[in-house]
Amino acid sequence: MSSVSNREGQIASVSLRDSRPGILKTAWGIFKKDLLLEWRGRARINATIFFAVLTLLLFSFAMGPSHKLLVQTAPGFLWLAVFLSSIMSLSESMRLETENDALEGLRLLPVWPLSVFLGKAAVNSLFLIALSLVLVPVGMAIYGVELRLGVEILLLIFVLGCLGISAPGTLYSAITVQARARDVLLPLLLFPIIIPVLLAAVKATSLVIQGDPMVQLYGWMMLLFGFTAVYWVVCSLLFHRVVED
Amino acid sequence: MRKLLDVGLPMVALTLLVVGGYWGLFVAPTEREMGEVYRIIYVHVPAAWVAMIAFTVTMIASVTYLFNGRWGADILAEASAEVGVFFSVLVLFTGSVWGKPTWGVYWTWDPRLTTAAIMTFSFAGYLALRHFVDVPEKRATWAAVTAVIIYVDIPLVWFSVKWWNTLHQVQSSPQTVSSEMVMPLRISAFAFLFAYLFFTRLRHQIGRQRLDIELGELPPAGMRGV
Repeated sequence: MSSVSNREGQIASVSLRDSRPGILKTAWGIFKKDLLLEWRGRARINATIFFAVLTLLLFSFAMGPSHKLLVQTAPGFLWLAVFLSSIMSLSESMRLETENDALEGLRLLPVWPLSVFLGKAAVNSLFLIALSLVLVPVGMAIYGVELRLGVEILLLIFVLGCLGISAPGTLYSAITVQARARDVLLPLLLFPIIIPVLLAAVKATSLVIQGDPMVQLYGWMMLLFGFTAVYWVVCSLLFHRVVED
Repeated sequence: MRKLLDVGLPMVALTLLVVGGYWGLFVAPTEREMGEVYRIIYVHVPAAWVAMIAFTVTMIASVTYLFNGRWGADILAEASAEVGVFFSVLVLFTGSVWGKPTWGVYWTWDPRLTTAAIMTFSFAGYLALRHFVDVPEKRATWAAVTAVIIYVDIPLVWFSVKWWNTLHQVQSSPQTVSSEMVMPLRISAFAFLFAYLFFTRLRHQIGRQRLDIELGELPPAGMRGV
């Protein structure tokens, strides 16, 4: 009797395992789905880019046309523009899933919640990186900034920073999209958490612009990396509690 | 036992607060460099300790809720966070009042000050989230996840701000503080601790009743337990 139930148990577990494709494979599927959706509409990326450039302009109007002042404040403004626009794109990425109960459908599929998180967070990261690729040259042009260190270091800083914003951002947007007053809640929850990203990224960016005689850049990059690594792990572990019923 | 706590906690807190306050204000000696203004430490330092305890209790209760799903843990997490935000606002306020005559500015970007401010805002966001979610199960789970994320952030914020800028009192210990100042500080610390216990307990009772109403399980008046 026990051997029969054991065998049934084995069969059940085997079929369950078969019904769930690999975590990374599913994550890749979700990544492609979101990218395709975005590509078909292109509304999100267009709106976000214009919003981000607009904030850069607003910052410079607020500071006045002094070239020296603008060069000094450019790293901070660039990152603030990324932060503010990230709210738009993060909440939009999860809002997609609330239309026609898509999130419910995703939940019913034999899919690991971890895959949903990885796929979504990867798309959000890619999105913010793409935004930075537009924003940085525009910002450098309107603020008249020149780089002392290599552009590849700047790219790495922006990649790390965007990854750091995306992990907690994806988790929080999954929460706030299901709550009332989501437009207020997301920045209220997310911004205090990602202040280390802002500090490290702005410092690192200004070192790339002004030169790094004291060799501080490495420390700030490690802080960015550490934050990103910690939050990708923590949010991966917690995400299933947020989307499950 | 409940009656004893109902009356005992506020009584003990109030008594210690009066004794600690009197001792700190009138008995303890004047500080050599800061003068009278240092006396704010009898509020500032205990409030900071208690806020830290409160947020730690929230974190532990949140993790407990995530593992066992008991309502008691969720209610405790909320109660403690609310009291913690109150005390940490008190810390920021008294810190600014003290900072102006001592440092010459109300605010500096020192690691502990800045971390305390960020923590306050984070937990204010946590409380806001709780207000905007109506389904009790979801609210409890999401709030618990948020509390864990905030708690993980605290050391990261502290390190990043420390690298970014530094200027604060070197942390004092009973060995570096004059013995005449230690006693009133200890009394005040216990006063604040009992005040925390009193507030949190009260808030816990309110939270329990609110939840009972939400879940439609409120027993008849007069039989409402905690």
